[in-house]
Order: sequence, then structure tokens, then C-alpha cells
Amino acid sequence: MSEAWDVVIVGAGPAGLAAAVYAGRARRRTVVLEKTVPGGQILLADRVENFPGYPDGVEPRSLMESFKAHVLKFGAVIERAEAKTVRPAASGWIVSCDRGDFAGRAVLIATGSVYRKLGVPGEAELAGRGVSYCATCDGAFFRDRTVSVVGGGNNALSEALYLSRLARKVILIHRRDAFRAERIIQERVFTSPAIEILRDTVIAGIEGRGRLESLSLRNVKSGAASALPVDGLFISIGTVPSTEIVRGLVELNEWGQIKVGPSFATSREGLFAAGDVTDACPPQLATAVGSGVHAALAVEDYLSRS
Amino acid sequence: MSSDTVTGTDANFEAEVLQSPLPVLVDFWAAWCGPCRMIAPAVDKIAADFKGRLKIVKVDVDQNMKAAERYGVMSIPTLILFKAGKAEETVVGVLPEARLAEIVSKHLA
Repeated sequence: MSEAWDVVIVGAGPAGLAAAVYAGRARRRTVVLEKTVPGGQILLADRVENFPGYPDGVEPRSLMESFKAHVLKFGAVIERAEAKTVRPAASGWIVSCDRGDFAGRAVLIATGSVYRKLGVPGEAELAGRGVSYCATCDGAFFRDRTVSVVGGGNNALSEALYLSRLARKVILIHRRDAFRAERIIQERVFTSPAIEILRDTVIAGIEGRGRLESLSLRNVKSGAASALPVDGLFISIGTVPSTEIVRGLVELNEWGQIKVGPSFATSREGLFAAGDVTDACPPQLATAVGSGVHAALAVEDYLSRS
Repeated sequence: MSSDTVTGTDANFEAEVLQSPLPVLVDFWAAWCGPCRMIAPAVDKIAADFKGRLKIVKVDVDQNMKAAERYGVMSIPTLILFKAGKAEETVVGVLPEARLAEIVSKHLA
């Protein structure tokens, strides 16, 4: 058994790092486990425009570097390790990782979520061959080409705007009539000359030999089927919570999110969760931070009582 | 970067990758790519762990579109393992280091 910690935080996204600042300042021995690099999914964003205190927007990389520096300043440790399972122990919980075990009196799951796949024929075969899940990563490969974005939320519309600065034409496909994205982002999309919108439309299949060539579309109101030739498809239809490490251990809701009460406690004592892996956090940077702080306060309360 | 890690370009791709006596793991990346930064520590660890048996070539696609296009790279990070000038395996997206090591080991066996 390796070193014992007061708090083991799994995931160094905004929720996990915010919690680590508070746990560190509470002078709890705190470790944050991260399988890649600190920052989380927000690193995929082009720019953060809605984090209060940054009226001119902020680059996600520099913002998350500051989060990391803030964590380290107050004593928490960040370890690169991929958590595999969580299991109960005599005095708390053990997080088993690819490089050893981490025992904690309390464990905070802040594993976030991963992008959701469309689940249509051709998607897997053409991923990386014209089908992408990250406009800021792959947009440059489609300079002056025609690309499509599927989705209706903030991410989808932000990706369409980002791509409209690179591609010749962007076709935004949404299964409904109305969009969920912030109105300010919708206004920009609606007034962009480079963005065309297909509403009430779903992608039934993705076709191409060796690389993406066209999309099979279906209008959900009329039932009409059509083909749309495109060079790129950016899929931005939300996320799936990453709960593999606590499967069978805690209660999940119908969307697969960890059920947490108002104090971000799971159904198991000493096991907490925060961020968009939970049912109590809209997928926003500021809410992830808030939920991480909330959970850290609950953890502190739990540790001081137990 | 270790001595087994070199910067690949359109100009030196043939010499550094295709003519390399050692197997080569090519990392197609760019400065603006968040996931490329996520996978970078894993690639550096692979470079250290397989030192002397594997060469790492990092290709910045911003400056070297030709090499990327030639191998159909349309998403980054993309890692391609070359043996004797032939692309043996392509990995698109961020993988944990352990899984990356498995893939590399398989081809070095």
C-alpha cells in the first residue's frame, strides 16, 4: 500500500482542480489523479467567453495553467495516473491506478465526460478521415473546404463559428427547429454569411471510400431523404459521463450521471462527485468550478466529523 | 526531447522516417491542438522507455501539410508507427500512455 491521503480527487479538470484548491487550503493531504494533462475538456475549446471575470475572453490553456498553479500553491499534489477502479477499504476508499493504488479517507470523482458519438453507419470507419469531434484540433485541415457541424448546443454553434473562419462553407445540421446554445452565439451564427442551417434534420449515415465524401440526411418532419456532399463532419452532440471506475458502486441516473445530493455526496459514505460526471452540474466551466468547491466543502465537513 | 526524438518536416520525412533503420513513431501535432498537448507527455515517456529501439518524429502539421496529407491525416493528434518505411498502425486521438505502450510493444516484438 502506498501513501495514504485525506482526499483523493480523480480527474484534473475544472471541478477537480477547484476542489483541490479548497482541500489544500483546508490543509488536507490531497492528491489529484489525471490520466493525461491537467485541464480537462475545456482545453478543446477555442476560447472561453463566459467565465465571469474575463470580459475579453480567455484562452483555455492559459486559464487551466493558472488553475494548476493555484492548486500547487496550496499544497495539493497532481499525479499522472489512470484510475481503473474504486473500492472500499477499512478507513475510506482505494483508487487503483495503472501505476499503483491511492488510499484516501475521502474520494472525489471528477472524471468529467467524453464526447458523444452519433452512432450511425460509417462514423467509426471515417473517424480521422474527415469525421472529427474537435474543430479547434482539425479545422485547419479543411481550409477552403465545405464542412458540416452537427448539434444544437453551445459547443456545436461555437465550432461552426470557428470553422466559418477557415472553411469555404459550414453547414450546421440540427435535429430540432430551435437551438439550445446561448442567444448571443445563436445571433452570430444566424448572421454569418458562411454558415447555412439545416433544421429538423438528422444524419442517417456517413459515406466515403477512404475519406468522408457525403452524408445521408433525413428531414424528421417530412421524412425526405437526401445526400449532402461534404469534406468534413464535426460531431458536437453533447457528452457521455465517464463513470467506468465507479460502475456498480454508486447510483446513476437515467443519463448515466452520478446521482449526488445537494452536497455532492454519492450514495456511498466518503465518496463524493463533482463536475459534469454528476446529475447536478450543467456542462459549463463556471458550474464545474462551483460544484468542485461545493464538493470540497462537503468533503471537509465529512473529514472533520469522521 | 531525448536524442531519439527529432523534428520531422516535409523535407526530411523521407530520410528521418521512411529510410530509418529503427521503427519510427510519427506524432502529427500542432501548437493550437489541445489534445496534442494531452498526449505529449505519453509520447515523451514512450520515447524514454523505448530508447534505442524506437525513434520519435514530431511533425508540426501547420508547417508540414504535405507529410500529413500524404498519409491522410485529417485529425490530430494522429500517431503513425512506421517499420521499414511502411505505415503499420495509425492511432487517432488521445490514448493513455499504457495503451500506447502496448501498441508500440506489439510492433517491436
